[in-house]
Amino acid sequence: MKDLMIRGADIVVRTLIEENAEIIFGYPGGAIMPVYDALYDYHDQIKHVLTRHEQGAIHAAQGYARVSGKVGVCLATSGPGATNLITGLADALIDSTPLVCITGQVAAHLLGTDAFQETDVVGMSMPCTKWNIQVRNVEEIAPAIAKAFFIARSGRPGPVLIDITKNAQTDFGEFNYVPCLGFRSYQTKIEVNKNDIQKAAELIDSAERPYVLFGQGVVLGKAETEFKAFLDKTGIPAASTLLGSGALPQDHPNYVGKLGMHGNYAPNMLTNQCDVLIAVGMRFDDRVTGDVKRYAKQAKIIHLELDPAEINKTVKCHHSVLGNCKDSLALLTDAVTAKSHPVWMERFREFEREENAAVVQHDITPTKVGLTMGEVIHQVNQYKADDAVLVTDVGQHQMIAWRYFNYKKSRTQVTSGGLGTMGFALPAALGAQMFDFSRQVVCVVGDGGIQMTIQELGTIMQTKAPVKIILLNNNYLGMVRQWQQMFFDKRYSFTELDNPEFVKIAEAYGIKSQKVSDRSDLNEAIEDMLIHDGPYFLEVVVEKEDNVFPMIATGCSVEEVRLS
Amino acid sequence: MKRYTIFVITENFIGILNRITIIFTRRGINIDALTASESRIEGIHRITIEVTASEDTVIQLVNQIEKIIDVIKAFYHEDEGVVYQEIALYKIPVSKLDGGLEKIIRQHNAKIIAAEPEFVVLELSGHKEQTQELLEILKGYGLLEFARSGRVAVAKRMHTIDSYVK
Repeated sequence: MKDLMIRGADIVVRTLIEENAEIIFGYPGGAIMPVYDALYDYHDQIKHVLTRHEQGAIHAAQGYARVSGKVGVCLATSGPGATNLITGLADALIDSTPLVCITGQVAAHLLGTDAFQETDVVGMSMPCTKWNIQVRNVEEIAPAIAKAFFIARSGRPGPVLIDITKNAQTDFGEFNYVPCLGFRSYQTKIEVNKNDIQKAAELIDSAERPYVLFGQGVVLGKAETEFKAFLDKTGIPAASTLLGSGALPQDHPNYVGKLGMHGNYAPNMLTNQCDVLIAVGMRFDDRVTGDVKRYAKQAKIIHLELDPAEINKTVKCHHSVLGNCKDSLALLTDAVTAKSHPVWMERFREFEREENAAVVQHDITPTKVGLTMGEVIHQVNQYKADDAVLVTDVGQHQMIAWRYFNYKKSRTQVTSGGLGTMGFALPAALGAQMFDFSRQVVCVVGDGGIQMTIQELGTIMQTKAPVKIILLNNNYLGMVRQWQQMFFDKRYSFTELDNPEFVKIAEAYGIKSQKVSDRSDLNEAIEDMLIHDGPYFLEVVVEKEDNVFPMIATGCSVEEVRLS
Repeated sequence: MKRYTIFVITENFIGILNRITIIFTRRGINIDALTASESRIEGIHRITIEVTASEDTVIQLVNQIEKIIDVIKAFYHEDEGVVYQEIALYKIPVSKLDGGLEKIIRQHNAKIIAAEPEFVVLELSGHKEQTQELLEILKGYGLLEFARSGRVAVAKRMHTIDSYVK
């Protein structure tokens, strides 16, 4: 009988292969060693990337998932290996990124005894996973992993964690993988209600100043085509959230810009002037709404959303359409009357011109000596491929890169939106690049954030992933410094950094690098970087005390967006 | 702020109670009482949570609870929408058992459910106000120990959980 039996660790790997996992980001250790031993036998069927820290592994899995639309897979040992995943789990949950994380655990008989590297990762990760489970015997492994993949990728995607005790990995069991297609407590198929569509269509048809806000739901729902068709027919101006960027090409005639604290002037101002607001796959984050008490009070709000818990969570809507926006948008497009809104659209363009004169000109064609972050991104646009992926960290550079990057394709925006995780960019860029070496992946990062996960340069070296890293160095934790300048009387409390010679670090990792501090060298440096075959590290020394505008200060209304 | 009863119909999955309670913890909301038991359908558990909050908050709580993968259904009722009962046990020293106490037991419809050489245990089922009233009286009779359950409740609405369990 034993011939038919395989080790639990082999079951883990074979189930991952059955679930079409192509790549694992991970880090070995005692309690997960049997799985690593099994990986040795299957290296021709499934790749593994050894990061330099478990946080790097999970952010890489996130980057991979965001670009590929597939489930990111992450492997870590028990104890510190598992706790190092927590930030990434929280990040993936709030940004709806599908992940399956597998952690090793001490043998079942040692559970609860404070054994070496034992930690209650199931308890710890409960608030930051969509679902989690501890597997204590070999028979449960394949069903648990199959269920985990189903949960991670279906409905509103999210991270799932499976904690597998060491005895389950080393015991022998039969391998009978059955894919999970659903179960009774978890309904994933939501039929869009035709009456909801009819009512939404009537509201939209009656509108004089309708306005669409779109978020990552369009991308996650694979609804880009349906969304574009809806806009083409209705002529409604549309603005993007941070994570929605890329869902609609920015050269689309209805595209009017970006929402929120550091978004564009027109989209924020006119939120409080539209008469019907159509929110598609977005969740009215506080960074989008500003003061909710003064948010779009004049408008009738229609919310197209998959997750019932998001409806009326922060902003009360007048009408909701529950379901995947791929379905609801298609039905809605059929139900609405074709229209155009030239006068209303012109209002957006007027404010856009105002923003151009007051902010954009300074940012992309500066007259100051110091380089601006905006002109760097503007130059990247001149040379980048249409499907280049932009990966950013968190802070000023993130907002500037988002503002100026020319998004043309879906799944080209990878950033830590909801959680705001510094240190995200470098490993996420590695993960995004591992999906496809032929695609341009541009990682824009600040001098603060890069030092939180700088060790992943080692992983880039080892994998030869051709990531193009642009370090925008202002020797400050820039966004915090900006707030200190604006709201704390310029008391720069612990925001200035004494930095190392970054290019030497990159060189030590064998990554070609260059440092630019003069405007005349910028264009050529960016071109050199983008055509270079292999990873590249470009440090750009930028103006120390530049600020990001427009800005809606905390507690302000969207119409109080400031241009300076 | 009002008192609400939240019903959760759930799979019997390890950790499910934890997943539910952290939804309250995160918002700084206190659970007044909680009971969990197997429902009349095998493998399906029923959790009853009593909470004092605004209706808006309760709606958010219920939405978040329903989002938990192993939860089948969650809903809420005001006190008027449910029939509920709590059970209380009172441990009294035998030495205090006299005619006065006997009268009190009769008046409150309490029962003596255990009698030991040194103490007796009284039981009273009812709403919290009733069990509390008896508690206050028995404090004068050398009450040794007191325990009260959370609320068990059924909805007045005519529907069954079978419709959610397919």
